[in-house]
Amino acid sequence: MEKIKCKNCTKDIENEIFILNLWVCPYCNYHHYINARDRLQITVDSNSFIELGKNINSDDFLNFYDVKSYSVRLKETKLKTSLDEAVIIGEAKIEGNNVALGVMDFGFMGGSMGSVVGEKIKILSNYCIEKNIPLVIFCASGGARMQEGVISLMQMAKTVSSVNRVKESKIPYITIITNPTSGGVSASFATVADIIIAEPDALFCFAGPRVVKQTIKKNLPPDFGTSERNLKNGQVDMIVNRNELKYTLTNLLKLFKE
Amino acid sequence: MDLKKLEEIPKSYLKEILGSLSKLEKLKKIPFFTGIHFKDAERDLARKIESYKKVERDAKRVWKIVELSRNENRPQCLDYINGIFEDFVKLSGDRLTGEDRSIVAGLGKINGKTVAVIGHNKGKDIKQRLEYNFGMSIPQGYRKSQRIMRLADRFGFPIVTLIDTPGACPALEAEDDGQASAIAKSILLMFEVKVPIIAILIGEGGSGGALALAVGNEVAMLENSTYSVISPEGCAAILWKNPSGTKLAARELRLTSRDMLRLKIIDRVIHEPIGGAQNAPGRMVKIVKKYIIDALERFASIPGEELKSRRAKKFESMGFFSTE
Repeated sequence: MEKIKCKNCTKDIENEIFILNLWVCPYCNYHHYINARDRLQITVDSNSFIELGKNINSDDFLNFYDVKSYSVRLKETKLKTSLDEAVIIGEAKIEGNNVALGVMDFGFMGGSMGSVVGEKIKILSNYCIEKNIPLVIFCASGGARMQEGVISLMQMAKTVSSVNRVKESKIPYITIITNPTSGGVSASFATVADIIIAEPDALFCFAGPRVVKQTIKKNLPPDFGTSERNLKNGQVDMIVNRNELKYTLTNLLKLFKE
Repeated sequence: MDLKKLEEIPKSYLKEILGSLSKLEKLKKIPFFTGIHFKDAERDLARKIESYKKVERDAKRVWKIVELSRNENRPQCLDYINGIFEDFVKLSGDRLTGEDRSIVAGLGKINGKTVAVIGHNKGKDIKQRLEYNFGMSIPQGYRKSQRIMRLADRFGFPIVTLIDTPGACPALEAEDDGQASAIAKSILLMFEVKVPIIAILIGEGGSGGALALAVGNEVAMLENSTYSVISPEGCAAILWKNPSGTKLAARELRLTSRDMLRLKIIDRVIHEPIGGAQNAPGRMVKIVKKYIIDALERFASIPGEELKSRRAKKFESMGFFSTE
């Protein structure tokens, strides 16, 4: 039997149990990384997901080259993750409720937001307005995608404007903060939602712990940026375990239906 | 290849070039290849070195602009406010938890019309810099800005913003007070107001902290100011994992006013006195004043709803991608 080690409590977990427990440690409840496809599978009703915006692809329009070119990075990441971009969008049903759903994947270049993520959030926003269905986005991102320069910064404005139109159309907008959500995504569409739900232990901040530590030259409290600290500081509505998320979402969607 | 040439290779590319070189030398030693000339391969390598040298030169040129944008003798937000707006009244506090001095906000008159002015002030000497926290804002600052923007919206005052920040303040308290949400809300509010917003980048346009004031109907940049998603230093630390990549990062990020105009991120470049704004601060302030008067004129007769929807349309169309 294959085993994996919990990142938090370092106990060995049998792979099968780990997956059955939705990539959550059964001993310490630490919520591990879950990829976008698996997230979809555990969240939406089976066969209900219809993907949107599949034909949009990233472009190395700046010919950005650090130690590797952006276009090579993209190709490698696509192969490695079998994803097209850092977010999947589409229409789905959650316990029978229609939603416009976006799921970000930290595995795709750190879930970074470039032009494609921005455009997909815009398409999803337009779609939910057109169909008059709630907007739900699972966030996971290290921030803006540096390889797209200031264009990635502009995606913050683009996504905020898009979801603002959703809000103006009186359509409920819910985000779920998963580990980690920081930088450009936390300072844009993730935090302007009507309801913000966080998974346990998720890092949710603007500046990451390394940067803050470097700046203040002091040790940070161990709970820096965690969901729990954010709840205490009034930055999120609630913390919900992964296995209860579907139930919480369904309940919220029902409340907004009336 | 002669070793003299190797000395000219930019340090950041040395590893890569030496790698190709040693591969080439190894190939030469394989008996099967004896008698074959490697001239083409050597020429390619020489060409690569040339292009890298060009990149390095370009990086140095961009770095000069970065230094100019940070020059402490450049006119700052308060210089513009004092030199441009009559009867300026400074307003303080976010009415929630505090006052952030890194953002200066208030009401003043220009060309006989009342406008709201909001900008980052960095400070010129170390005492001032500490006082203004180097132009790095905390949530209280963004919320103060939101308060003044709402005020302007209610009374129909156009909003002028002056952007000059290395980025939002990365402090523990700022995070605890909701830095991310404060910036996001500032951006959101700028899509809601129905008065003209004129945003001018006067120095450093650092990341989300800059964007929080920069969602304008018209966005202008002083010639030697910069606008970037991350500081070159920060980018080099993450991607090059080495501070030696800083200048190269500055080039790759395309953060100059010329790049911004080409990428259609900004609408106008405001030219600076020869050598940079620091050489003639008084003249720079006058140039900016003229620009603001002209810009306000351009938007004066456009209805509020139209201003709002144009702003949304403008920012929602930003991005480059391919569609199959």
